[in-house]
Amino acid sequence: MSQPALLRLAKVSKRYGTVQANKEIDLEVHTGSIHAVLGENGAGKSTLMKLIYGVEQPDVGHIYWNGQEVHLARPSDAQALGIGMVFQHFSLFETLSVVQNVSLMIPGKPADLAQKITDLGDQFGLSVDPHAMVHRLSVGERQRVEIIRCLLLNPKLLILDEPTSVLPPQSVRRLFETLRKLQADGMAILFISHKLDEIRELCDTASVLRGGEVTGRVDPREHDARSLAQLMIGREMPNVAHAAPRPPGEERLRLNALSHPRASRFGTTLEGIDLKLRSGEIVGIAGISGNGQQELAALISGETRAQEPGMVEIMGKKVGHLGPMARRKLGFAFVPEERLGRGAVPEMSLADNSLLTAHSRNMLSRGFIRRSVERAFTRECIEAFDVRTPGPDAEAGAMSGGNLQKFILGREIMLNPDVMLVSQPTWGVDIGAATAIRKRLLDMRDQGCAILVISEEMDELFEMCSKLHVLHNGHLSPALDAAETTPQEIGRYMIGAAT
Amino acid sequence: MKFRLIRRDTASRLAMFTAPVLALVFTCVASLVLFAALGKDAGAALYALLLKPFLSWYSFSEVLLKMAPLLLIAQGLAIGFRANVFNIGAEGQFIVGALCASALPVYFPDGDFPLMLPAMIAFGALGGTVYALIAAALRTRFGASEILVTLMMALIAVQILNYLLLGPWKDPRGFNFPQTVMFPDNAMLPILFDGTRTNISLIFSLLASVFAYLMMQHHFRGYQLRTAGLAPRAALYAGFSASRMVWLGLGLGGLAAGIAGASEVAGPLGQLQRSVTSGYGYAAIIVAYVGGLNPLGIIASSFLISVIYIGGDNATVSAGLPVAAVEVFQGLLLFFYLLTFTLIRFRIEFDRKVPA
Repeated sequence: MSQPALLRLAKVSKRYGTVQANKEIDLEVHTGSIHAVLGENGAGKSTLMKLIYGVEQPDVGHIYWNGQEVHLARPSDAQALGIGMVFQHFSLFETLSVVQNVSLMIPGKPADLAQKITDLGDQFGLSVDPHAMVHRLSVGERQRVEIIRCLLLNPKLLILDEPTSVLPPQSVRRLFETLRKLQADGMAILFISHKLDEIRELCDTASVLRGGEVTGRVDPREHDARSLAQLMIGREMPNVAHAAPRPPGEERLRLNALSHPRASRFGTTLEGIDLKLRSGEIVGIAGISGNGQQELAALISGETRAQEPGMVEIMGKKVGHLGPMARRKLGFAFVPEERLGRGAVPEMSLADNSLLTAHSRNMLSRGFIRRSVERAFTRECIEAFDVRTPGPDAEAGAMSGGNLQKFILGREIMLNPDVMLVSQPTWGVDIGAATAIRKRLLDMRDQGCAILVISEEMDELFEMCSKLHVLHNGHLSPALDAAETTPQEIGRYMIGAAT
Repeated sequence: MKFRLIRRDTASRLAMFTAPVLALVFTCVASLVLFAALGKDAGAALYALLLKPFLSWYSFSEVLLKMAPLLLIAQGLAIGFRANVFNIGAEGQFIVGALCASALPVYFPDGDFPLMLPAMIAFGALGGTVYALIAAALRTRFGASEILVTLMMALIAVQILNYLLLGPWKDPRGFNFPQTVMFPDNAMLPILFDGTRTNISLIFSLLASVFAYLMMQHHFRGYQLRTAGLAPRAALYAGFSASRMVWLGLGLGGLAAGIAGASEVAGPLGQLQRSVTSGYGYAAIIVAYVGGLNPLGIIASSFLISVIYIGGDNATVSAGLPVAAVEVFQGLLLFFYLLTFTLIRFRIEFDRKVPA
């Protein structure tokens, strides 16, 4: 290779307090290459991207652009060189139109910008109406806006952070086509992901990160997903062997034509949702977040009261008018998607967080807190669910997402629920913890618990559920047998192409 | 140069103790400079402010007298504050408590009412509670901010007081002064130490502190209130009723302020007069926060603030310090306390500039 790499990192390290986020990272990205950065959550992918995009500066090490050493003090420095980044969480103003959002970052007359947006869209398959309001756009369209906004700065390197995590399968296809066109156009692309199949399909080089270090540099097309996973987590992939589900038992949760108006302009109105959940089965609700998932979960948990008692039935009782505590007394438990601030109080110790929902487990005596029972429960939860923490006194806010999720799930499971609602069980959780969490849910099912899982991860739903629904725009699809349906069919429901 | 506040990894228990001490030291240094610039004897001023309250039994007993209402009201308010229920108008509940308690001796000036004193305290407690619960009703029913409602109701309470003192409750033999009759003996709180004005309301306050400590630190109700304050969505998730937290937070604050108001007229004042609007209700907000909203911390902070009040009176008399300078001293103390407390809980991180 006579030509210097477009971007080269040499022995780059970054430390936050006691955490070594990146350690002596070497990385080379060449023009016309789609380069994957692969790693579990917490492996240091995000930190590395922040260093490249100038959000953070390395403690040690050098960054070279076209062979010249550069110092990136802020993102605008990186943009000036020709580095663009599309973040996992979009930064668009929902109340503005596409072209207005773009013009906040790119100088130029709105009419010219609108033309450029249309042109780029035609060229790279990124079609989007420049004058549409952002809050009306689908997730895929919003992502296209983000990409277009980067492309207008004429980047030579485009960084995409977990771009497929929010997309239905059809949109993923479309994104890949766009990326291939950009690659053919001479662009270098850094593609961050933990989805192995996508990387094998799209990328020509992969750098594998583990514990802040590069543990492998491979051509992903020459490896199967299993060996990539092994590089990524440093051991054999844990194999989830599940017993075939037994025939489900009696009905434990039922939604009867559940409708609820949206609470705010950006909420979702739920319409006529019917659902049945029986003992010993896991039913999944697929769909992209923002299609009514939060609203539905809150109506089932009791955080939002239904308009009529009969719309929600738990254990055969009409509970639509009851609050969360009354529903828990009937044997209901709930793991919400937000862990900090909802499933747990960040400023409180784990022991005090046990009290949040497990107070009925003999933790109170005439209303006074029995600290010894509280601590014993917490210790048991920490041990049984492999929560990595110094102990029951550790603050919940100081724990990693995966560990906190194991704690919250453990706490709810230890309540021995008859019905359980789990929302986004493995969001932001590394593979090891995610596998453990799924195994726990399957164990619960085998013990006769009725479990409803709301998730964006389709693989996860297919792995665990016997029946699937799709929530799109406040409507729930009919139940689909997981053994007979396909991701493509689910995808059609996700984008509203099937009803 | 930009900088950010980063929360320290270890929220140290030590901070609770070091912050007030450091704040006191900084305040002394700053006020030494200030008093010297005013051309006053700075040493004498500080001596009067901080040491004199401890040097005679009488001035120390005055500190305890001031401490009683501050401590009681602050404990009540802190319960609400921890649940994010901001009762800013304890002054109003204090006044209404004093009014309700005064009704008995005003209508039975000879003291021929059974259980006069307990009934007065109960009336005061009831009055303060009901007055605060008006704000709770408006908040839970209509979503009206309790901050504004309680504050405005405090102003209304002052006008009710004025009306009664200038009209129906005015002492007929009081030379037209806006005050009621002097209360009969059985309407007065027993004195705790002979020869001082310190009365048993100090015991009420200490009992309230024990109650607040047990409830907030060891009872499930207190846990629910803390959860509602720290993470409202977690409280909703757990199913703790948000409106119950509002009723409880405001009700207990009003209860404490009402008892304090009753104790004021049945204690040092001995009648209802305009000076009952002494600002205890507002000062208690500062006391609650300086005490870190912690029941034990509030005992310490109410003592500290009382010392500064009494010391401030001393300093205006003996060191010839203007009243404004004393107020500046009190302001400085609060300022430095917030500063040190912030710096102990957070560290400052500067954005380094790297040449491009």
